[in-house]
Amino acid sequence: MTTTPWMTILLVVPAVGALLVSMLPKGSDLLAKQLALGFSLLTLVLTAVACVQFDIGPGAQRFQFVQHHDWISALGVTYSVGADGIALVLIALAALLVPLVLLASWDTVEGLLDIEGPDARLTPQKSVKTFFALMLVLESFMIGVFAATDVFLFYVFFEAMLIPMYFLIGMYGGPRRSYAAVKFLLYSLVGGLLMLAAVIGLYVQSGKRTFRFDELLNLNLSHSAQMWLFLGFFIAFAIKAPLFPFHTWLPDAGAEAPTGGAVLLVGVLDKVGTFGFLRYCLPLFPWAAHKAAPYVITLSVIGVIYGALLAMGQKDLKRLVSYTSVAHFGFIGMGCLAFTTQAGTGAVFYMVNHGLSTGALFLVIGFLIDRGKSRLVTDYSGIAKVAPVLAAMFFISGLSSLALPGLSTFVSEFLVLVGTFTRYKVAAGIATTGIVLAAIYILLAYQRTMQGALSTAHENMKDLKPREVAAVAPLLVLMLFLGFYPKPVTDIINPAVKATMQDTQSTDPAPTDAMPHRVSTGN
Amino acid sequence: MTSVHYVPASGALSALWLLLAFPAAGAAILLLSGKRSSAWGPLLACAMTGASFLYGVLCFFSLKGHPTAGRSQDLHLFSWIPVGGFKVDAGLLLDPLSATFVLLITGVGFLIHVYSLGYMEHDPRKKTFFAYLNLFIAAMLLLVLGDSYLALYVGWEGVGLASYLLIAFWFYKPEAATAAKKAFIANRVGDVGLSLAIMVMFAALGTTSFAGVFSSGVAGGTATAIGLLLLLGACGKSGQFPLQTWLPDAMEGPTPVSALIHAATMVTAGVYLIARSTPVYQASPDAQTVVTIIGAVTLVIGCLIGCAYDDIKKVLAYSTVSQIGYMFLAVGIPGAGAFAILHLLTHGFFKACMFLSAGSVMHGMSDQVDMRRYGALRKAMPWTFGCLTVGWLAILGIPPFAGFFSKDKIIEAAFAMGGTRGTVLGVVALLGAGITAFYVTRLWVMTFFGEKRWTEGQHPHESPWVMVIPMAILAAGSAVVGALLGPTHALQDWLDPVLGAEIVNREVNATVISICTVAVVLIGAAVAWFAYGTKPVPITPPVAVTPFTVAARKNLYFDALNESLLMRPGQYLTRFLVFIDNRGIDGAISALAAGIGGGSGRLRRLQTGFVRSYALSMFGGAVVVVVALLAVRLGQ
Repeated sequence: MTTTPWMTILLVVPAVGALLVSMLPKGSDLLAKQLALGFSLLTLVLTAVACVQFDIGPGAQRFQFVQHHDWISALGVTYSVGADGIALVLIALAALLVPLVLLASWDTVEGLLDIEGPDARLTPQKSVKTFFALMLVLESFMIGVFAATDVFLFYVFFEAMLIPMYFLIGMYGGPRRSYAAVKFLLYSLVGGLLMLAAVIGLYVQSGKRTFRFDELLNLNLSHSAQMWLFLGFFIAFAIKAPLFPFHTWLPDAGAEAPTGGAVLLVGVLDKVGTFGFLRYCLPLFPWAAHKAAPYVITLSVIGVIYGALLAMGQKDLKRLVSYTSVAHFGFIGMGCLAFTTQAGTGAVFYMVNHGLSTGALFLVIGFLIDRGKSRLVTDYSGIAKVAPVLAAMFFISGLSSLALPGLSTFVSEFLVLVGTFTRYKVAAGIATTGIVLAAIYILLAYQRTMQGALSTAHENMKDLKPREVAAVAPLLVLMLFLGFYPKPVTDIINPAVKATMQDTQSTDPAPTDAMPHRVSTGN
Repeated sequence: MTSVHYVPASGALSALWLLLAFPAAGAAILLLSGKRSSAWGPLLACAMTGASFLYGVLCFFSLKGHPTAGRSQDLHLFSWIPVGGFKVDAGLLLDPLSATFVLLITGVGFLIHVYSLGYMEHDPRKKTFFAYLNLFIAAMLLLVLGDSYLALYVGWEGVGLASYLLIAFWFYKPEAATAAKKAFIANRVGDVGLSLAIMVMFAALGTTSFAGVFSSGVAGGTATAIGLLLLLGACGKSGQFPLQTWLPDAMEGPTPVSALIHAATMVTAGVYLIARSTPVYQASPDAQTVVTIIGAVTLVIGCLIGCAYDDIKKVLAYSTVSQIGYMFLAVGIPGAGAFAILHLLTHGFFKACMFLSAGSVMHGMSDQVDMRRYGALRKAMPWTFGCLTVGWLAILGIPPFAGFFSKDKIIEAAFAMGGTRGTVLGVVALLGAGITAFYVTRLWVMTFFGEKRWTEGQHPHESPWVMVIPMAILAAGSAVVGALLGPTHALQDWLDPVLGAEIVNREVNATVISICTVAVVLIGAAVAWFAYGTKPVPITPPVAVTPFTVAARKNLYFDALNESLLMRPGQYLTRFLVFIDNRGIDGAISALAAGIGGGSGRLRRLQTGFVRSYALSMFGGAVVVVVALLAVRLGQ
């Protein structure tokens, strides 16, 4: 096991990048972009090294690259970081998406500067370098929130993440950006407040004068304490995720955020919610989590169907993708609370895959909107004729969203379903019908925009540029590769999920019809 | 209970993955090489499928060289999804059943690739078409070679994807795009069944591999549940009742696609799935009965609607629906699985032959599909006429053409079930044969006989050799394949280890049934000849027709039913939910948020947008936190 403090390194590198970018003099936009991309690529390389060094062999530590330092010792607050498999793959997702997003935003940031809105109060600070600096700040905080193993530190990152995202939406967003940014902040602050209360409550109840996650495990809290604390964390995470019915901020934020912001918001930031279920809600309050599971799973199944139906009814492409995420988060939520290794691993793998597929979908739609200057489905028709590469990438991202077997999303969705089915047959059965609805909303959107007769307004639309292809292609390649060979990622996730299962004293249900001396099939 | 034993693949079979790798590589090269491969791409695609066929033949003979017990060879590739008790390996299984399919897929597939060289010659996106064809072949091979239900599922959706892409090949035609979407969604409805079947397998048996499921002693309610769920999947893919309406619409795709995917191979995947799952169905007579009923109902629906259409491709499509109904009927009858596969093979030949011939007619008639605008084409297209005639004789089941040996056996097996059930199913299958003879003869007569009813400026001509030769080979197959495989028991003996032996019922007189079948078929054909061959065919469909014909022209109202029961309510529900989501849920949550946050107006004022003030308020928040914490600590 390596002792390199990878988590701190990964946290600091993008932060340093952000600082350098923000200190550049006016007029050095290109340098700002190059510098930001360079730092994000450096972070990606370092993350890859950390992933390779992460020990998944038998007897490996649950948390690796661990560091503990006192921070506010009077309160027992520490700077504790480390990664288990769940955190590591999400950090890797963040590190992968940031450079791609920067690449995709390369030429579009200038365009974002002069979008008119009902109120342009935020305009003065808008600049290219600020955008790229904010992205790097966001990356640092995203890595921090997953790496934190001190509940207080986690809370700090959880709230800090809001700041760069708030500015990304509020400064660089669409016409209704101000409304969307405030709504996003309000929802998140309410959640944060509840979580803060629960963090304090946990501190008090534990009586251990510590916020360290490893020391807060196995507390034997009373049932009522567990229930209230669970609720505080759960609602905060459910808003963040977002789980039905806490989802209504997402379509506005997703639609108004600049493409790059939307990718990171839906692709990574939202995962903090479902990550929180697995990291905090389940291990810290196992009794309450078991009690709450049927309710959470019910909400999740509603979310799967509800999100899909709403996605079908959207006229705005970005809102459409946001609602598909509500459906996908339904699957993830279901997997988190099903208490089986399949569903748990499936949920975590789903978080990664959703980042890849929705990231790709948002990027491609962003490219389309850059060209067509409209977010409305009805303003497009027959685009595949003039922009076949764009159409193909839209299509493949869409297939990934509808979880086509052969793509990584299928592996995770099926794991969630099969794992949930062993415990909650009806819920899994209803959620399975979501695969039909997903086919409808994706193919409907594809047909309306890409197929049919070419609209005259778009006869001269240009296909994707090499830079744009380069921003999306890695995602598509990964989806295909992990669809056929998910093992490298699931092997990292598995031990962490198993540990979570042990924290909650859960075991997988045995096959119901298994015969005592069944022929071993090895398969 | 069957005991299932697969031996590790060895010898020529240890590179089984090559079968898939050829067409998969072809598809990847063609799709990624851009315009560079426009010239040689189509030829490469043909070569890849040809290579796969040759290797398939090699595998077939290698497998044949093994003793019967060693003819199920499993090639483990890699560990695919290992999570806790859910361990799925990627592996390929070559056994008599999958080997038979491999030859059909790559053999017919290769011929249709070659035919497409001529048919798609002038299409600017010809290369893309061949890429999709190769993708289809690869996915279809995975479907039949996968050694677990989950691996099968990947191929299953892969062929669905290829089918979507090819139906929507001319994507700028709105009808083509809509038909493709409909096909995919109908398939997905079936996939819910397949997915749930796999979940039941894992939850009840702890495995999803063929070897595991078949050795698990699956029985009782579990077997019935799995059987019925798999059947739902099969109905979606094979266009069986109640999911049959997508298949005729799929004819919007180029005709070679209709021949390969929507007649000879993909749509028979449902039959493969049920035949493959024989041990599950053997454990559940109820599920078997449902399979036979679905088959019987569908074969009747297909025949009836087939009589009413004037579009040559739609008639053939409904004929496909109906013929697959025969296969479902057979595969649901204990011991008759081999007849289903025999009919699947002969159908693969004669239906592909008929579709390619229809394509050849369309090619010579400027893409006209209305049979009322054909007539007297036998002189202009002698080869096409000859091929379609052989196909016609084969589907009718006139001895010694292929359909006789396969369809006759199915009718016989239905009667042989005995009791009321056997009689009902037998009579339905027999009448179906008569109606089939009627509408296929109608097609044949309206196309090649009578007077010219062509639109202005038509100059029908025979198709180029590159199209005629594949047609002729398929026609030759339609003539002899039944006689080679049926009466010789060659296929039956070959498939016995997988599908179980034939159950012979001595009380049924096979000769009498054969004579009755041929008689009914001749009557059906004669009626069609008198109705369409002896008097002029009007160029517009007659209006004064029976309510029954009206219903048949409207697909027996299945589309209308879908629309009024599912589509419209779905649209209203969606609109209603969009309204609710914007007003109700959002409103309630916003109010709650505002209440907790101390009034949204006040919070809004705090958002002045300056980092300074925000940082200040964050700092303020932190101070509150620290104070609160101190208070709590001191209070203890």
